[in-house]
Amino acid sequence: MNDILYYLVFFAVLTAAAWPLGGWVAHVFEAGSEGVLKPFRPIEHYLVRFTGARSGDEMDWKQWVGAVMILSVVKIVVVFLLLAFQDKIPFQKLINPQHFPGVPWELALNTAVSFVTNTNWQNYGGEATLSYFSQMGVLTVQNFLSAAVGIAVMAALFRGIARRETHALGNFWVDLVRINIYILLPLSIVGALVLVSQGVIQSFAPYQSFLTLSGAKEVLPFGPVASQEWIKNLGTNGGGFFNANAAHPFENPTAFTNFLQTFSILLLPTSFVFAFGRVVGDQRQSWAIYGVMVVLFTCFVVPTYLAETSPPVHAVAGIDWSAGNLEGKETRFGIAPSVLFSTATTATSCGATDATLDSFTPVGGMMPLLLMQVGEVVFGGVGSGMYSMIAMILLTVFVGGLMVGRTPEYLGKKIESFDMKMTVLTVTITPFLILCGTAIATLWHGVPSNMNNPVPHGFTEILYAFSSMANNNGSAFAGLNGNTAFWNIAGAITMFIGRYGVIVPILALAGNLAGKKLNAPSLGTLPTYNVTFAILLIFFVFLVAALNFIPSLALGPIAEFFL
Amino acid sequence: MKSKAVFTKELLWDALSQTFVKLKPSVQVKNPVMFAVWIGSILTTVFWVVSLFGATDTGTGSGFILAVAVWLWVTVLFANFSEALAEGRGKAQASELRKTRGEVQSLRLKLPSWDSHSETVGSSALRKGDLILVEAGTLIPADGEIVLGAASVDESAVTGESAPVIREAGGDRSSVTGGTKVLSDRLIVRVSADPGQGFLDRMIALVEGSERKKTPNEVALTILLIALTLIFLVVTATLLPFSQYAVAQSGTGKVVSLTSLVALFVCLAPTTISALLSTVGIAGMNRLSAVNVLATSGRAVEAAGDVDVLLLDKTGTITLGNRMAHEFLGAPQVEISELAKAAYLASWADETPEGRSIVTLAKRQFHIPSPSFDGKDHKAIPFSAQTRMSGLDWNGSTYRKGALSAIEAWVSSLGGRFPDQVRDLTESAARSGATPLVVARDAQVLGIVVLKDIVKQGIRERFAALRQVGIKTIMITGDNAMTAATIAAEAGVDDFLADAKPEDKLALIRKYQAEGHMVAMTGDGTNDAPALAQADVAVAMNSGTQAAKEAGNMVDLDSNPTKLTEVVLVGKQMLITRGSLTTFSIANDIAKYFAILPAMFLVTYPGLAALNIMHLSSPSSAILSAVIFNALIIPTLIPLALKGVAYKAQSAIYLLRKNLLIYGLGGLALPFVGIKLIDILLTGKV
Repeated sequence: MNDILYYLVFFAVLTAAAWPLGGWVAHVFEAGSEGVLKPFRPIEHYLVRFTGARSGDEMDWKQWVGAVMILSVVKIVVVFLLLAFQDKIPFQKLINPQHFPGVPWELALNTAVSFVTNTNWQNYGGEATLSYFSQMGVLTVQNFLSAAVGIAVMAALFRGIARRETHALGNFWVDLVRINIYILLPLSIVGALVLVSQGVIQSFAPYQSFLTLSGAKEVLPFGPVASQEWIKNLGTNGGGFFNANAAHPFENPTAFTNFLQTFSILLLPTSFVFAFGRVVGDQRQSWAIYGVMVVLFTCFVVPTYLAETSPPVHAVAGIDWSAGNLEGKETRFGIAPSVLFSTATTATSCGATDATLDSFTPVGGMMPLLLMQVGEVVFGGVGSGMYSMIAMILLTVFVGGLMVGRTPEYLGKKIESFDMKMTVLTVTITPFLILCGTAIATLWHGVPSNMNNPVPHGFTEILYAFSSMANNNGSAFAGLNGNTAFWNIAGAITMFIGRYGVIVPILALAGNLAGKKLNAPSLGTLPTYNVTFAILLIFFVFLVAALNFIPSLALGPIAEFFL
Repeated sequence: MKSKAVFTKELLWDALSQTFVKLKPSVQVKNPVMFAVWIGSILTTVFWVVSLFGATDTGTGSGFILAVAVWLWVTVLFANFSEALAEGRGKAQASELRKTRGEVQSLRLKLPSWDSHSETVGSSALRKGDLILVEAGTLIPADGEIVLGAASVDESAVTGESAPVIREAGGDRSSVTGGTKVLSDRLIVRVSADPGQGFLDRMIALVEGSERKKTPNEVALTILLIALTLIFLVVTATLLPFSQYAVAQSGTGKVVSLTSLVALFVCLAPTTISALLSTVGIAGMNRLSAVNVLATSGRAVEAAGDVDVLLLDKTGTITLGNRMAHEFLGAPQVEISELAKAAYLASWADETPEGRSIVTLAKRQFHIPSPSFDGKDHKAIPFSAQTRMSGLDWNGSTYRKGALSAIEAWVSSLGGRFPDQVRDLTESAARSGATPLVVARDAQVLGIVVLKDIVKQGIRERFAALRQVGIKTIMITGDNAMTAATIAAEAGVDDFLADAKPEDKLALIRKYQAEGHMVAMTGDGTNDAPALAQADVAVAMNSGTQAAKEAGNMVDLDSNPTKLTEVVLVGKQMLITRGSLTTFSIANDIAKYFAILPAMFLVTYPGLAALNIMHLSSPSSAILSAVIFNALIIPTLIPLALKGVAYKAQSAIYLLRKNLLIYGLGGLALPFVGIKLIDILLTGKV
């Protein structure tokens, strides 16, 4: 009963906060530094000039692709170099008190791609590998920028849908600056301070040595955690300061911070749903999408919760299961919040964790896996969730629209063959990556023998890893040694294609939609804001995921469940 | 040409032979999804041949491989058959039309005059621009425009309508169609198309399907289907390494057989909709030609489904052709019967439909006997532009009827006075949208006859149904706004354009298109051509001019403008059929997973038997049942693809709910039942 209340309160708080924030986001997209933001205009103009753009210049979709790709490739190179040579940067005493050596190139490449693509897959333990500067000055910066890139691409798609007969989708550089200074930074500053008040550390002091009660000598890692912690969740990045991520007490000390972190993971993705309605001038669209997301989310939370609170009795003999499956969970959070956190973090492309999924029951572990495999459309990553959801909607509209006797259209825009090409590209690229990646991994010399768990659990771990990387989630099932040449390089490729293989067609879609004329709605038009359409959309989300992944799930968690 | 029975024996035989001809790779490659199935069939056949020589496909028996191979071939053949059947129906219709296009002799002229030198040539020798003379009783050898003369023409060969029509030089009825017959008088015609290039020739070729191009929506849908096929290819192909991994790691079981992987792939690929997609398209055009509308392209039929504004000419579409006498309103102290009698006499010689309707009304209401005219005591006064009246001089009295101003002038010229009450009556009649005609006997004004447009029966209900579908109807009329408003209200149209000139039509279409509407219209005149060209769906009347027909994207052989609404419904039905079959096809896959996956992996993970919720007898019968179901569903749905999903004019949301329930949920559930039944039939075990 208390658990249900926990979920209800959580969603009430989330909705109440996301609704006004959505309005604010729409204002930033549409009006920029007009109105209340006028005082910040000089800062914005200065930063925009720094990128070489001018606020008034708008870009077409090809220019957007160019700008996004240039920025991303440059960032990957820079991050790679900074990590590989973290021991060569000046002021070592201050920024690298533990004197960590340079990161090996394969790991540095993987990490660079991982953070630039908003994946934050971590093949390293933060506190044992990275200097304070690498954590704060390199990776945390990417947490902001990669989130902003996703949001900017989404803004371009919003404009493509809302505008008509134009090529202009706004200016990428201007959006990038505005999203950072008007949305991400203010929220992060407030959030980080709240976290500090709860006991999250923010320190440049060297690691502290101490004697344990049993007399062993241990080292307690320190670091600038709070500044990274909040944006890691807010920007659905997920890369923790510590290896244990949000299960570590310095990252996530109390039940309250745990609530707050779950909230901050879902905050922006939810507010973008509401921003969409404002931008296209029809709030009903937002409510329908939000409703679909909440229903889908519930569909995943409930089985996970049931599986974790009352696992199958036969699982392991001789263990008291009356309190549920507490293995791998922090008792200071409890099962319900851990389930909510795990679901939220995989529903969005965050990937932070406060519990070990590897120790979840088969069903409990399959749900987060499925959530990624539905294409990160249940709230999803910042920006990416909403643009992937729109692609999913276009797919639904295409088939549903035919069923009402018209050639399909969405919000007045006809969905034609070019749009369909781009839509199916975005929808199929991740399943393609996941399945092919998993297949290669199972065939790769040395990968299967390096697994810590036997089949089918080991298979689930591989499948989970590729699902996480291809969807730019970054959460790990654990139980898999990721820091090998194969995983580092295969991961980097998967994350790169998983990110830009979707962004490029989304931008093309935005450009093509913007060029279309607007069709007037009539009684004969398929409405995309009512319950029937919502059900159809849910049906399609499940259908697409089921068709793609039932066979591989059957060989992983399903086989394990029936073992 | 009227529609024929759906299937004849001959048609089926033709389709059957085409089914095998279409196995050619060059034909298969046009339908990528079925092409993939075709390759799968070849692969499994090769597996079977190889298995005969002892190299078995991971332990599967050659009997099983053969069975799968055979059913995959059957799947391909079913797809071929459905397309061949639809094409066959088109060809049958086309050959009906083509019968009218035989070689006929014709007289070619040098100059466009009756006494020009002429020579006899065959119709195939005629070229565009030639002048020909067509005498009464002969066939018109080619499409053309009348340069000289007027004649009654029997167009039943093209339209199926036996009543002859008048065709004359100049104006909007100047075009003639090759294959039609001149009944009376003679014509000089300028040929407008080379042999085989005539308007109907091109139309026939389209109906036949030989020139069929994929419509834009079909292209988009094909992209989706190809993407699905590719992803299913990946899903099934990756199962091989997954299975190898599972077997190697667990040390038990057997790696999946290639035959079962191919079977799984074919079952998952959207074969149902891919096999029927072109059938649906061809059938849509066939349904149109069955109601005597020929579309220049499938694109036009598709656009018809999208139309949300219909421009309808008032006359002939909304109202019966002409105004009819509605009632008599007498002047003060005048008996209505007296007025009716005078109106009767004034119209006695008036042969216009309006005049006839006055006679009919007077007869019906007052049983006025036909006047007996003996000798030369009567004189008919025809309508003239100067007097703007018509009437009759009889028995020493003059009877006249005409517009208010004309009768007023006439009465005052005779020294009479025009009563104010009658003036009021005419004004109020005009206000209500009717046309008042004033009737006078000598210098006395007797009253007025009210003429009204008669709205066609059932048209109101038809417009209400269109409104349900979200289609706006707009009446176009040359009448003044007041008259137009009355008829608009009576007919239940959503809007009207009064005092319309042809250029207003064009402007109106542009305005609606700019607002994001798709506009359909009908037209026949040359001055309609720009509007027809601008409209998204333009149905030209076959009786109309060549220019109008060229500008439109459909031709109605019956020249019945009301048919526009049917065209729209056929377009919608075609799209619904396409969408429903797609949903059905994709939803089918879930059940196939439950049949095939446990069968494939049972030996590795015995626990997966729990997924065999249909309790299929054995792994091989499970896989075979799914493949057979997948094949059989194609011919089962051919009638649906040909006839189209049942469609009634309803709102989008109602249609979505209904079709989602039938084809979405039905598509999920049906294969569970079907596969189970086939399994029982195959093995005899429940």
